[in-house]
Amino acid sequence: MADVAIPRAKPQMSEDNAWTQLKHNRNWLGFWFMVPAMAFLIFFLAYPLGLGIWLSFTDTRIGRVGHFVATENYEWLWDDSIFWLSVFNTLLYTFVASALKFAIGLYLALLLNENMPFKAMLRAMVLIPFIVPTVLSALAFWWIFDSQFSIISWSLKHLGVINQNINFLGDTTWARICVIFANIWRGVPFVAITLLAGLQTVSPSLYEAATLDGATRWQNFRFITYPLLTPIIAVVMTFSVLFTFTDFQLIWAMTRGGPVNATHLMATLSYQRAIIAGQLGEGAAISSAMIPFLLAAIMVSWFGLQRRKWQQGENND
Amino acid sequence: MQDFTRRTLLQGGTALAATGMLTGPALFDFAKAWAQSAPWKAEPGAKLTVMRWKRFVPAEDDAFNAMVAAFKAATGTEMNVFSESFEDVQPKASVAANTGSGLDLAWGLHTLPQLFPTKVLKMNDVADYLGNKYGGWTDAAAKTCKQGNDWLGIPVATNGGYMTYRKSALDKAGFKEFPKDFPSFLEMCKALKANNTPAGFALGHASGDGNSWLHWVLWGHGAYTVDQNDKIVINSPETAKALEYCKALYESFIPGTASWNDSSNNKAFLAGELYCTANGISIYVAAKTDASKKELTQDTYHALWPVGPVGKPTELQLALPILAFNFTKYPNAAKAFVAFMLEKENYEKWLDGAQGYLTQTLNGYESAPIWTADPKNAVFSQASKRTLPAAGIGTVGEKAATAIADFIVVDMFANYCTGTKDAKGAMAEAERQLKRIYR
Repeated sequence: MADVAIPRAKPQMSEDNAWTQLKHNRNWLGFWFMVPAMAFLIFFLAYPLGLGIWLSFTDTRIGRVGHFVATENYEWLWDDSIFWLSVFNTLLYTFVASALKFAIGLYLALLLNENMPFKAMLRAMVLIPFIVPTVLSALAFWWIFDSQFSIISWSLKHLGVINQNINFLGDTTWARICVIFANIWRGVPFVAITLLAGLQTVSPSLYEAATLDGATRWQNFRFITYPLLTPIIAVVMTFSVLFTFTDFQLIWAMTRGGPVNATHLMATLSYQRAIIAGQLGEGAAISSAMIPFLLAAIMVSWFGLQRRKWQQGENND
Repeated sequence: MQDFTRRTLLQGGTALAATGMLTGPALFDFAKAWAQSAPWKAEPGAKLTVMRWKRFVPAEDDAFNAMVAAFKAATGTEMNVFSESFEDVQPKASVAANTGSGLDLAWGLHTLPQLFPTKVLKMNDVADYLGNKYGGWTDAAAKTCKQGNDWLGIPVATNGGYMTYRKSALDKAGFKEFPKDFPSFLEMCKALKANNTPAGFALGHASGDGNSWLHWVLWGHGAYTVDQNDKIVINSPETAKALEYCKALYESFIPGTASWNDSSNNKAFLAGELYCTANGISIYVAAKTDASKKELTQDTYHALWPVGPVGKPTELQLALPILAFNFTKYPNAAKAFVAFMLEKENYEKWLDGAQGYLTQTLNGYESAPIWTADPKNAVFSQASKRTLPAAGIGTVGEKAATAIADFIVVDMFANYCTGTKDAKGAMAEAERQLKRIYR
């Protein structure tokens, strides 16, 4: 077709050609199919994240545009003892709560995987703490641990075990125990049900074979269940750690970070400084400071998930 | 956002009915006459959008809405009133200031007008008019709203908190009347503890209760977070004395006050576990409206905060100023509305509706009927007079408000009282935090 065309029409032709080419280019088409997902991710994830990081380098206050102050917010945080206390609290909270959630969740999952009466109902019941809105359960715990009206103190007093209310949320150690307990109560169902789903993918024939070979129950668990469950464990624990690390509602409803900041997590401190006290820039710096920790948690599971050793057992590199 | 007319309809015409009940057509007549003679004539076709904090006492809201309805009828100004919770008022007002639209008037807390002094309508003429007519403004109220000689807003009222105690417990502890100075207050708390009828004040992150009584202890000892030039002076021998005093008090309290939030003392007092605390009039009002708490109501009394070693009252009460934005299209209507609210015919009924929750900022209203209707209301009439501005002796404004919202003083006392830090450590931490805010 090109050889019969007059020279003047040539550019037109080549444009047509490029367009036709583009039309039949699968990558180009693929790009357009990806656009909605990309737009979604950019607007709802990348943009807020970028904005948060940008804010942390400014002195923005609520309702007022700030100026770029470079790393000033971070410099102030660097020797801010309350900030470091909140980092310590967050790590303690995440580590203890996640470890216990894993232990209890795995135990529950193994239990629920057995054949027993009312299996379906029991499994559904385990989910209850997860279904109740966090704020409601937090308020319930707030009453349970109230300094004057605690049901626990009341019961123990009437049983004659103690003669004064336990200072649940007023004592730093007790307060930490209480909020961690509430978090575990709330987080166990997620771990348990997900691990249970994982357990059910393990073929019963493996256990049969192992039992025929004379394996004990412990060996069954150690050499069949555990290796086959590791990929699920990696995913579940990553999510669990992320949720626990960024927890806000439980703390805010129960203690507001008190007593004397003993339960202030990075998320609650960030909210207190950014929204309550109005210093958006500084609050953003605190929440941005959470990113390295969260990235580390994600990296562990990401690289872990790529290793076949994790997925398919010890000796399968 | 609620449109006023729709709201009126939705609430079964509460506002209009309330007008009828509370004041009858007299209010409309007054409003008409007032609109004729007032120095500010609402622009024809004026439309005002007003944001206020969400009411705690329904009757207060009714009285407010009745004024709005009367103002609307008398001036023909379209009124669009909506309310926001305490925490949301300031951010929303800030956004309006920032974008230059959305609101004409904002009735908020603390030193709201100081947050954006260049965005507000100067209210000098309104302040002069009302001040001259009603015996002048209280000192703290004026400081809260003034920048130099300019009024950035009008201090509508103060939300006062006072000592709330059980008389029987005090009698038993051997105190015929409520202590008036710090040493005898401490003695009383110790005696109450010995009788197993303890006092208790919030040492947790309670924005209202915690801040007000701890600032009272701090200021009472002549200690401040910052001085007149906003230089940080928290690390001082006076603060150390305040810490010592507070610790002695804390040891006499009911256990668990370090975990208390704003509602804890209300609950404990109404349950009969707590015998002395500081609070708004809400504990008493709640007891009064509960038929099963008759005995407790009769036994509950209020008292002024004892005066510290500095020799003058050092209370911290919550200021409630209103401001108009300078981008409003109807500045005269806005000014007229603010002035109208504070006229005697409206204001005294409004105070009545608030049942002691609101205290006047104009000296002339000290004789308002609410303060004598129930002798137990009387101390609350002093709230605007006996308070210091939220900044203490420092500059009223954003930084002072941030320091309060960030619990700097509360944490300092709590650190020392609970034994988490020694006095030096607690003061050093507060100093460091104040430096962050006042940088």
